[in-house]
Amino acid sequence: MPGDAPTDRKACHAFDEAYPRAIPCSGQTRAMAVTTPARDAIDSRGDAIRLERVDKWYGTRDQPVHALDTTDLTVSKGDFVVLLGPSGCGKTTLLRMIGGLIAPSHGLLKVMDRDLWKGDARQSEAVKSLGIVFQEANLFPWLTIEQNIALPLELRQVPKAERAARVRELTSLVGIAGFEQRWPRELSGGMRQRAAIARALSYGPDILLMDEPFGALDAMTRDAMNIELQNLWMKTGKTIVLVTHSIAEAVFLADRIILLSPRPGRIDTVLNVPFARPRVIDTQSSAEFQAIVRDLRHRLDQIS
Amino acid sequence: MTEPALQDKPSSAPKPTRDYKVYLPWITTPALCLVLVGVWWTYVDLSKISAFILPSPAAVWSAWVDLLWSQRAWTDAFMTAYATLVGFFWAVIVGVGLGVAIARVRWLEQTLNPFIVASQVLPKVALVPLFVVWFGFGITSKVLIAAILAFFPILTNTALGVKSIDHGHRDVMISLNATRSQVFRRLELPSALPYIITGMEVGIVLALIGAIVGEYLGGDLGLGHLLIGRMNAFETDGLFAVMIHMTILGFIFYFAISALRRILIPWHASSRPGGAP
Repeated sequence: MPGDAPTDRKACHAFDEAYPRAIPCSGQTRAMAVTTPARDAIDSRGDAIRLERVDKWYGTRDQPVHALDTTDLTVSKGDFVVLLGPSGCGKTTLLRMIGGLIAPSHGLLKVMDRDLWKGDARQSEAVKSLGIVFQEANLFPWLTIEQNIALPLELRQVPKAERAARVRELTSLVGIAGFEQRWPRELSGGMRQRAAIARALSYGPDILLMDEPFGALDAMTRDAMNIELQNLWMKTGKTIVLVTHSIAEAVFLADRIILLSPRPGRIDTVLNVPFARPRVIDTQSSAEFQAIVRDLRHRLDQIS
Repeated sequence: MTEPALQDKPSSAPKPTRDYKVYLPWITTPALCLVLVGVWWTYVDLSKISAFILPSPAAVWSAWVDLLWSQRAWTDAFMTAYATLVGFFWAVIVGVGLGVAIARVRWLEQTLNPFIVASQVLPKVALVPLFVVWFGFGITSKVLIAAILAFFPILTNTALGVKSIDHGHRDVMISLNATRSQVFRRLELPSALPYIITGMEVGIVLALIGAIVGEYLGGDLGLGHLLIGRMNAFETDGLFAVMIHMTILGFIFYFAISALRRILIPWHASSRPGGAP
């Protein structure tokens, strides 16, 4: 397997882009078999997120759409889990359900050991432990960057001085210090997304849910943001669940990749990513990294 | 911080060509006005047209200066402005309230829509005689017609504004556990404000029209009444002078709302120099 991948860094990158389908898939099944669901059993940190027999149907009674098949999933506290899959595989549906934005059709959904839903009612105590970052920054254009970041605190009636102190802390954490008084439109896409991350972190949630957070950014900014996200995760110890359709991004960021297959969406493969932290740009050019990327790509081709 | 340095600086420093475009109207507007008056004056001079049909600019100017010195004309202008503003005030209150309601409550919109369309189609000035019958020649009928004319653009723009709220922004508020009133104050109202102000800009001008039309038909006060008086007396220069008064009043109202735009929504593209009007 490793012999297939070039060792030179530049060549590796080109390799990654140039051979999406043509590689013989000899090593693939073996790599996929590395999945270790047993890991949860031996983990003593406790569960941040637990889904039991959750599924989701959309549409009308006459034309129901099965968005997500019955799914069990556990995310341990402090884990970095990436949901990966082709479009229509229900990865965003799954994330939005965990985030409390849509209700599951059946099943049990627990966040930090609290039920997220009781009947049709979202449980605010559970929602408090969730921070969501969307693909678009979704900053309110009528608020300055500072006001945007402080909005969650304001909604919780946190005193003004405390809000200001927290904003200062967060802007330097995400690297936009000095831009507090700007309008969102005055910032680049990457900086707006940093502000959105700061907003999601402002009230100290235990879990950060990210729905293709860097999908709208250019490749260079995206690489930089991924490294910073990893640093932020290591510094804060949050549990992160991130949705992406970029294989390289998934392998770079994740402790555990959950590969979903479409129609109906269901968990296809669970893959633990072994690289040590902190991972650096060069991690991406290692033969092992490339091998995992390639195996995932083959599996994606088969299921989509 | 590791992002490419180029993106870290928000673009500022407008190009020099834009400055020139911003100041252009300050030159062209007076120039075009002068040309217009010049053509008018020359035509009146050469054609020897009767002053009853078209008075010369000089006659109009002196009639307008007379109007400025007339206590009565000031009272009339004040009455028209008062009827316009009171009518406009109620139009904003009811228009924004109902607009938000029909945008949020689906069945309410479906129930009211036929009536809203019907009353849009009805030429509202046709109601003026009815209001005179019901409310007499006093100020009430003027206020009412001003309010009804200003109401619809405010209603429809408010409803459009509330419906146009970004789904992503709604998701943010849901994920932040916001209450219904927080969603209204922190999201729906500010988000719809540019639309509401656009409705108000149209509405204030329509309210002025409503007040003036109301004054045509009844009562003995207001610029509309003054205008009809000038017409009946064949004082065409006075007629023009009252029209100038009305135009100035319209401008004052319009610019007041525009100033409101810059104060209330400085973040919006329409408030920036060179932005959409």
